[in-house]
Amino acid sequence: MTSLPTPGNVPHVELRSLDELWFQVSGTLCNLECTHCFISCSPHNDSFGYLSLETVSRSLEESLRWGVKEYYFTGGEPFLNRDIVPILERTLEYGPATVLTNGTVLKPEWLSRLRDAEQRSIFSLEFRVSIDGPTPETNDPIRGPRTFERAMKGVRLLVEHGFLPIITMARTWDLSDDERILAEFRSVLEEHGCDRPRLKVLPRLQIGAEANRTEGYGQHDRITLEMMDGFDASQLICNHSRVVTDRGIYVCPILLEASDARLGETLEAAAIDFPLSHGACYTCYQYGAICTNPSAAKSSTT
Amino acid sequence: MKLAIFAGIYNNYIALEAAIADARARGIDRLYCLGDLGAFGPHPDRVFPLLKEAGVVCIQGNYDDSIGNDLDDCQCGYTDPRDNHFAQISYEYTYRNTAPENRRWMRDLPPELRFEADGIRFLMCHGSPRQTNEFLWKSTTSTHFLDKLARDHDADVVLATHTGIHWQRELSDGRRFVNVGVLGRPENDGSTNVWYTIIRTGKDTPKPTGSAPWDSTTSSTPIQIDFIPLTYNHEHLAQEMQDEGLPEEFTDTIRTGWWTTCLEVLPSRERRAGKW
Repeated sequence: MTSLPTPGNVPHVELRSLDELWFQVSGTLCNLECTHCFISCSPHNDSFGYLSLETVSRSLEESLRWGVKEYYFTGGEPFLNRDIVPILERTLEYGPATVLTNGTVLKPEWLSRLRDAEQRSIFSLEFRVSIDGPTPETNDPIRGPRTFERAMKGVRLLVEHGFLPIITMARTWDLSDDERILAEFRSVLEEHGCDRPRLKVLPRLQIGAEANRTEGYGQHDRITLEMMDGFDASQLICNHSRVVTDRGIYVCPILLEASDARLGETLEAAAIDFPLSHGACYTCYQYGAICTNPSAAKSSTT
Repeated sequence: MKLAIFAGIYNNYIALEAAIADARARGIDRLYCLGDLGAFGPHPDRVFPLLKEAGVVCIQGNYDDSIGNDLDDCQCGYTDPRDNHFAQISYEYTYRNTAPENRRWMRDLPPELRFEADGIRFLMCHGSPRQTNEFLWKSTTSTHFLDKLARDHDADVVLATHTGIHWQRELSDGRRFVNVGVLGRPENDGSTNVWYTIIRTGKDTPKPTGSAPWDSTTSSTPIQIDFIPLTYNHEHLAQEMQDEGLPEEFTDTIRTGWWTTCLEVLPSRERRAGKW
């Protein structure tokens, strides 16, 4: 057991390179109100608001000199933002884009435009659809009534438009059940027309609504200086990402509500070290690369 | 200068032998290999005499680092249980069948190599100049990222591999990034051939003609990159893999040209180009 975290024993992580630029494109606004949401998004939570096409465009232009490799769009539900289709179209002129959606509000006309935009681009447009388990019984108590059925309809629509969505699920079951759940999910997805299922299991983040649903982090759930010895810091998203929001640049998409997560008004100002003082940092440390796509996988042993 | 760049042998000594002969027939001055000598195929030890005899200058891939340093896995970073299952079969077979002296040889390979040819600064690496096992896929790597990478590492041409699919992009100021492809397995396009890359610089650069899309006639530095499709006796390889008890999923890839395993890390665009 490592020593108890103290203010003097908090490791700081530098921004090694800005590989991924995230956009909190729909703020904290969502059509759903999931009971495990780590930033408590809902139809009424407007603590963070929508990003406009102009704001995103400015950041895309600014990102050039930073050598950003990929762009990610999250919320809330990104497809509540009326500019999301032009925003993704614009982004694909700069680089690869990934959008994290709950899949319940997708419209065929949007997906046709986005399919055309991807075909014009040399880059990938990835859709990550959040569905918390292979059955309504697992998913709906967390994400809301009939959300499994609605999200699966969204998956089918994406497949019909030529996309291969990545299904992400928060692990609300035991780690040892992963293989069974994944196998079950694969067969359910095949029944819904998705014959090349791509799946990603995410750890629960015990903040926001999830802290009320189960429990928050304990005082030992922190990273200490000793724990960073020999640890590959590139496993932590704050080592290679920042988030553009309507309230400035934040350190990562998970800690939006933390008092020290806002780093500045510009990317320049936000290129500073960050203290790993939060319980969620400990989850990121344990599981590594929880926010990025599998195609950006980097083993921690090199 | 005429250079041939091999990579990702994956124990496919039959393709390596064919590639060396093919490159020699084209009058190549120097041969290089960007690592990952083991994995996937049969009889790992048959690769080393071929490399040494032909004077192929090698750098270290993640697989070579793992086998050379007795690590537990190949460091490809898979999280999908099925991908890990097959990656581990391949890794354990290769480790078991690689002689200690060859493991030591791989352990001592350099992770990168720099040289200059006709005034062009080349940087050879396995995944990326900053991380051996970094996947740089065509569809998930922005051009400004590659620009910065080349600038930060003082290179005009960055040569890499690791993903198993060749591609290249012209960057600013005549720089470029080239993924040279692999000799070990086909490219998930339904063809059984494998790929390597020939680079011509200086006076060996042909005069502009009606050229293939990857030829450079606009760049200020005289250089031409050609991706070479290589046919070899893939049926013989598949038979030997079968005789060694390697999984049918692997021999299927050799016989059909479609990847069947380790698909999780493919971005959607590259994944859609395949069958599975």
